[in-house]
Parts: sequence; structure tokens; C-alpha cells
Amino acid sequence: MEIVYKPWPWYVAGPVIGLTVPVLLLLGNKKLGISSTLRQLCAVCFPAKLPLLNYDWKKDVWNLYLVAGVLIGGFVGGKLFANPEPIDISVDTTDYLKSFGLSDPTGLMPAELFNWSSLTTLKGFLLMIVGGFMVGFGTRYARGCTSGHGILGLSALQWPSLLATISFFAGGILFSHFVLPLILSL
Amino acid sequence: MKNLKYLFVGIVFGLALTKGEAISWYRIQEMFLFQSFHMYGIFMTAVPIGALSILLIRRLKLRSLNGEEIEVPKKNYHHGVIIGGLIFGFGWALTGACPGPLYAQIGAGYTVTIATFVAAILGTWTYALLQPYLPD
Repeated sequence: MEIVYKPWPWYVAGPVIGLTVPVLLLLGNKKLGISSTLRQLCAVCFPAKLPLLNYDWKKDVWNLYLVAGVLIGGFVGGKLFANPEPIDISVDTTDYLKSFGLSDPTGLMPAELFNWSSLTTLKGFLLMIVGGFMVGFGTRYARGCTSGHGILGLSALQWPSLLATISFFAGGILFSHFVLPLILSL
Repeated sequence: MKNLKYLFVGIVFGLALTKGEAISWYRIQEMFLFQSFHMYGIFMTAVPIGALSILLIRRLKLRSLNGEEIEVPKKNYHHGVIIGGLIFGFGWALTGACPGPLYAQIGAGYTVTIATFVAAILGTWTYALLQPYLPD
């Protein structure tokens, strides 16, 4: 039974993620794209006559079922059958994070940074609120995220999705190398 | 409940994201710092499998369960894929989460991600507000 707690190697997780693309197409001609649900939730809650938010979101209600499932999947994999061992990240990353005082790699994210009380600190505010804002703003601006462009778009050999994915990584690499260290030193 | 099947697809997708540790802030830093193959391995298996299955669907002219002709997704170029893509990348590095993992992190009990999630909704809404004034 121990196996249900173990993390999956990349060669198991990757193919399952990739298979989501044909499964959705075959089940109902649906296109994988998680960031669309952020737009959808905006349209449901406060459309405010904005052109982007006034569309027939009910047509895409299937996608809300999908993300409800992702939430359940997160519960099953990350709570119910959570890996009790510290995460097996590379020694380089462990050492690097240690140099910022992050020395407890249990769970999936550092509890020292991501907790409710750190939300009111500048560090926590920048990481969670400013970071989250940029995720929502940027994915809508790009009309897709890691799933819609990075997995589906690339699978469908769409060159704009390749440009988008390169930009996601360029932005992430830039911030991880040069901006995150500044924030972690706050 | 014709939408229930998507709930199940979501569960498997979310499970793979979580158990594959793609929702982990640590794994995202490790990826952007080029210190492990793990996340690249996920992309480099997910994309070819997606591509191969789209190719097969096309070749065999498969239809969806509801009898529709399966149209292959088309993504048009606009400058937003670069500008928005970079902004998303900045946020991805800070939060360690793209939109899918935001849901999975909340489910996994990291309740503070709810704050990140609300910020993401606010970001999307702000984009909708500013869209007319931004270069497309």
C-alpha cells in the first residue's frame, strides 16, 4: 500500500498529463485550457459590462467540472495520500534555498513562505498576491497558460503556442534567477 | 449529468499534477534554475504523447463521443503571447503555480493558495478592464 503515497516519476506523470489532450477531444471535442476558468469565474461573478467577460460562459461549464476534479485530485494526491517524505529535489536546489533560510522541504511548498500570516508581510504579499495577480493577468493576455499553450498548443504544433511557452519560461527563468533572490532576502 | 465525465478527467489530471509534483514550488524553482530534469521530463513526455494522439485522431478521422468532428485547436498569433507570456512567467516563478496547480494546491490543503487564486482572478479581471488600452 506504500506505493499510493509515493510521488510519481516524470515518465509516469508526463504521459498521463499528455493523455488529457486526446481524452478531452474524444469525450466531447473539448480543448484543455485551465486559465479559461479564471476568465469564466470573472464572467460569473462580476462581468461589469467588460467585453472580454460578457460571453456565453455556460457553454464552457464542462471546464468548471474539470477544475473541480483537479481540486479533488490535489486532495487525493496531496492530502489523503500525501508523500510523508521530504520532497526529493536536487542537492543544488536544496542548498540554494537553504542559503535563504528555507531548510524544511517537507510538503510541496515552503511553509515558511506560504502561510496566512506571511500574507501581511512584504515578502508574502509579493510572492502570493503580486505573483498570483501576474499569473491571472499574464495568462489572459497570452490567451492561455501552461496547459492551453504549453501542452495542448504545442501538441497541436501551433507556433504561437511555442512563442507563448518560450515566453513563460523566459519570464520564469528571469524572475527565479534575478528577482526571487531579492524577495527571499527581504 | 453529461459533464460528470470531465470531473473524472480533472481528478486524474489533478492527481498527475500533484503526484508528479508539478504543483510544487520547489520543483518549479528547480526547473527554472536548471537543477533537475524532472519537470522537463514531464513536458517532454506530455507534449509528444499529446502530439501523437492528435496526429492519430486526424489520420483516423476519429469523431468525439457525441459524434462531432474533432477540430484541431488553432492558436493565432498576437503580441499578447509574448507580453502576457512573460508576465505569466514572472508570476509562475514567484507563486510556483500555474492555473492548474493553483486548484490542486488548494485541494492538497495549502489553504493560503486561496489568496493567490483570488489574486489571479483579480489579475484576469484587471486584464479584461485594461484590454482596450493594451497592445494586442
